[in-house]
Formats: sequence, C-alpha cells, structure tokens
Amino acid sequence: MSDTSVLVHDGEEKEVGKRQRPAWEEPPTRIGQTAKGTILGIALLAILFPLWIVLVTSLSDAETISRSGGLVVWPQGISLDAYRELLSGGEVSRAMAVSIGVTVVGTLLSMTVSVLAAYGLSRLGSLWHRTLLFTLMATMFFGGAGIIPTYLLIQSLGLMNSYAALILPMAVNVFNILVLRAFFMNVGQEIIDSARIDGASEVRILWGIVLPLSRAVLAVISLFYAVAYWGNWFAGFIYITDQDKLPLQNVLQQIVVAGERPAGMAQAIGTGQIPSLAVQTAVMVLALLPVAVLSPFVQRHFKKGMLIGAVKG
Amino acid sequence: MSQSTVPRPPTPTEGGDPSTEPAPPGSGGRRRSRRRADALPPGGITFRHRLRRDYVLVLMTLPAVALLVVFAYLPIAGNVIAFQFYSPYAGDGFFDSMANSAWTGWENFQRMMEDRDFWRAVRNTLMFSGLQLLFYFPVPIALALLINSVLHSKVRAWSQAVLYLPHFFSWVLVITVFQQLFGGAGLVAQLFREWGWSDGFDLMTDPGFFKWLITAQVMWKDAGWGIIVFLAALSTVNTELYESAAVDGAGRWRRMWHVTLPALRPVIALLLVLQVGNMLTIGGEQYLIQRTAVGPGASEVLDTYVWHRGIEGGDFSYAAAIGIVKGIFSVGLVLAANRVAHAMGEQGVYSRR
Repeated sequence: MSDTSVLVHDGEEKEVGKRQRPAWEEPPTRIGQTAKGTILGIALLAILFPLWIVLVTSLSDAETISRSGGLVVWPQGISLDAYRELLSGGEVSRAMAVSIGVTVVGTLLSMTVSVLAAYGLSRLGSLWHRTLLFTLMATMFFGGAGIIPTYLLIQSLGLMNSYAALILPMAVNVFNILVLRAFFMNVGQEIIDSARIDGASEVRILWGIVLPLSRAVLAVISLFYAVAYWGNWFAGFIYITDQDKLPLQNVLQQIVVAGERPAGMAQAIGTGQIPSLAVQTAVMVLALLPVAVLSPFVQRHFKKGMLIGAVKG
Repeated sequence: MSQSTVPRPPTPTEGGDPSTEPAPPGSGGRRRSRRRADALPPGGITFRHRLRRDYVLVLMTLPAVALLVVFAYLPIAGNVIAFQFYSPYAGDGFFDSMANSAWTGWENFQRMMEDRDFWRAVRNTLMFSGLQLLFYFPVPIALALLINSVLHSKVRAWSQAVLYLPHFFSWVLVITVFQQLFGGAGLVAQLFREWGWSDGFDLMTDPGFFKWLITAQVMWKDAGWGIIVFLAALSTVNTELYESAAVDGAGRWRRMWHVTLPALRPVIALLLVLQVGNMLTIGGEQYLIQRTAVGPGASEVLDTYVWHRGIEGGDFSYAAAIGIVKGIFSVGLVLAANRVAHAMGEQGVYSRR
C-alpha cells in the first residue's frame, strides 16, 4: 500500500503545471492579474530581501562593507573570513555544538515518547484509554500557568546549568501527540487485525506496520520538535548561567542584540580585520541555515498534517 | 476473515463499560456492529482480561505521562506558593521550602490591586493583543484567498515554501533581522545617512513605535504560516457551488462573498476564539529580548512581568499569584469568546451541550 493511500485526502492537486480553467469561470482581467502579482511579489520580497542582505553581508569582505557603509545589498568582494573564524573552535562553534546536541537528543527523545503515547492511545476502548487521554489533554488548558513553579522545580531538581533543563521541560507536546494519534487511528484496521491474527505484538505492529505508513506525519512532527529545540532562547536564558553552556540562540542574542563581541574574536574585530557586521550576520546565517534547509523538504506534508490536526485536535 | 479467530477478546460494548468512547463515524461504526454480533461472556470481559490484553498500550503511554506529571502537574501544584510568603531558603529544595514557608492567604492577590506596574503590564498586554487582533488576524485570510486564486501550481508551491519559512525561525533571529533593517546601524538608517535625511533613525529603541514594531514582527514571522489552515478549508469547498453560482450570474466577488467566505466561517470563528483566549499570553521571548532596548514602560507584558518579579526579583509568591490570575482570566476569555461564537451559530472550540 502506498504512503498516501492511508492519509486523508484533502483535495490537494497532484498534477504539476497550470490547472485548466473551468468553462464557467471568466478570464482574468489584466488589472486583477497585475494587482495579484504585485501583492504576492511584495509579500515574498518582504521575506526574502532581508534574508538576502544578511547572507550577502556575511559573505562580504571588510572593504566592501566599509564602502557600502554597513549592510551590503549586492555581492562584490566575497570573503569567508567571518565563517572561518566563527567555526574554528571559538564561542560560536561551541554554542552550535550545544544547540545541535540538544536538538538531536531532544527530538529523538520527544519522538520516541510521543509516538509510543500516540500509539498507546490510538485504540478506542482500550484499558484506561480515556483516563490517560484526559491526563494528557488537561495540561493543554493550563499550559502557561507555571513559569515560576517550573523554574523552582528545575532548580530543586539540580538541573540548573544542565542540558537536561533545555530538553526535559519541553520534551512532551500534547498537541503533537494528538496529531500523531489521529494519523495512527487512520491506519487501516484490517491490516492491524490480520497482523494480530498472525501473532504480531503491539511493538511489532507499531514498528512494522503503523510507522512505515505514517512517514509523512512523522517527518512533520519531527520538524516541529526540532525547530522548537533549535529556536528556544528562554530556557537558555533562565536555566543556564554558565556562559560556556549557552546554546546558539542565546549567543546570537548576545552578539547581535546586545552588541557583544564573541570571546576570542575581539581582537580580529577591533583591528578591523573582520568587520563586526560580517560576524553578526554570519552568526544569523548559522542560526537560520538548518531550518531553511530542512523545512522545505517537509513542507509538502504540512497541509495534510495540519488539516487532520485541526479536525480532530 | 472470521472474528472468532482473533486471539484477543473483543472490546466491550458501550453498555458493559462506561470508559468506552463512542466510535467515530466511518470504519468504527462497522467494527462496533461486528462486535455486537459476537457472543460476549455475560457481564462483558473482566478487568483481568483487559489488563492482559492492553497492558502494553498502557505501558507505552507511561513515559509521556511521567514527563507531564513532573514538568506540568508538579508545577501546577507548585502554584500554591501564591498563597504563601515563599522563601527558597526556608528548606531543602522546592517542596521542602514550600512546606516551611508561612501562609499568607490572599495577600499576594491584594498586592496586585495597588501595584501600578502590574496594571501597566495588563494595559500593554491588552493593547498589543488588540492591535494584533485588528491588524494581524485578517492578513492570513487575505493571503490564503490570494494564493488560492493563483492557478499555476508551481507558483503556488514556491510561494507557500517562502511564506511558511519565517514561522520556523526563532524569535531571536526574527528580532535580529529587524534590527539589521530598522536598527540604528541597519539598512534604512544607513540609507538615510547617505541621503542626508536624518541621523538618529532607530526604530528598535523607540518606545513609542514599539507596538507597531512587534505587530510587524508577528506579521513577518507568522502571517505566511497562518494561511495553511485556511488553504486546507478552501480545498474542501465543493467546486460545484462555484459553478452553479457562476451559472446564476454571480461574478468573482459575489462568489467569494457567498461561497468562499461562508466556507471559511467556522475556521475563522475557531481561530478567533483561540486568539482571544491567548490575548493575555502574548509575550515570552519576543518581549523579553527587546525589553532592555525600549524599556519596561513600553514593553512590559504580563509574562515578562512575571519573569521580572519572580525570577529576576526573587518575589516568587507574588509572581506565581500573577500567573494564576492570568491563567484564570485566559480560561474566562476562551469561554466568553466561545459563547459569542455559539450565539453566532458557530461551533467554536468545544460544541454546545
């Protein structure tokens, strides 16, 4: 059975290229087309242009940056010095390692816990099914009611300045579990029944049948978790006081928003060898690169995942 | 296949067990009727049977439940410090300190009444979320209608890929992008200096402009992502409705008004209820990161005030009390907004009894 056949079809068009205009639809007016194109163009430009100048500036050499008086709109003198310096083992390299580690470990943990819970709750009428589901869903209603108690709890668990404080409090997202559960419930009951007749265990059914049929939603939810870990700034801000353990987002904030110079690079920046603007924008590119590279691959599954989440969640 | 060959005992019917959920429409209904045809032992199956059949499923949910108990339920219980004068030095760890701290009753809540900084945070919160409701909320709807009317599927796919992207950026990144554009050393300031217009252009540190700045940031980050729900709803509209409307002489604007918008109404109502319910919860990172640049006068919202009084200032009990009040009013807002949605004939978040 193919991947898509068990997913709920939402009428997404499959053919590529121009859709045939139905006979009853009037042809577009020139003004209408122009207005549509202009608005869409402005929206896309508003997103892409800032990213473009950040990228170009991060790749520009000192002379180009000083000639343009700051940010560079058009690439002229290209230099990788800022990246070379940042990635050669200084503060930013270490912060990136922390962020990558937290994101990878956190996403693996979150996915394991969430997939197990979603499958465990996917059979209606199983033992304690409703009680357990309620236990999970109730937390959605008082989600933000606990910055202070959570902070005190982390403190008394001895998790201050530990990477666990960046992972465990946000390891379970109930909404993600509900989306996974909605998909698992859609996997054909007949296949599962026949596997059970053949004596397959629940673990075997989950691993061998349900998960391979749910690749799309697994990709989407993994991305959601990974982005949440990668982009989290607040946990690093309140739980990590040791500068050597800060994740990338916090270091990015220090360098760009607070205008600090990365440790060990103060001299290269101070002498004008590497412009501080190139350093700032290079750290920004490092922070956005993984997200910008990964999310387009997952994006074709977004609509399906969100639709079912919206209908059942 | 015959049901009797299934080695597991069938699930009990509704009559036998109150914990059974009504089956969803579709495949579930068929399964239920098959079950009824089965010869169940009198009185349904026993607890021991169900335990033996389902214990693996229960075990699977336990890691998630355990994490939620520690990092969601314990903090919720920890909110009782709002009724105390909690001191972290009163004992060994959170719960021991709690047990040894003095009870104060409602005093922390009464303090809020006279706390002018608290009321300033309330005012700011309501103003910022009001602005977002007014200026941000309609944008994804309009964008979704626009994207939906583009025929070329490649153009659609590429536009969506770009529009979704900023949603996955962190708040730090969004703020730094805005800083490179509109900050004192940003692109606009740079151009203004070059053209000799003004010297001190800096929107990032302007307290008066802050409310527009954060609205623009929210729009840049999430307006594109917001269209996804509306596109999903639009794709379920029956195209025959458009055709018959067109045959009856409705132009494109009247079709949008009489066919498309009614189809979006339930989704709009649902999102509106959620947005209103979240009115007090705006805040967090976006405000905390920019708090130093514009000062607490312009930027303090309830969430940052809780952080400021509690974690920064050490007045944990008072901060927890503010958190509780915020939570209660948020639930109240959802219920009220849902009431309005029901009155307008929409389903809202939960359905009417």
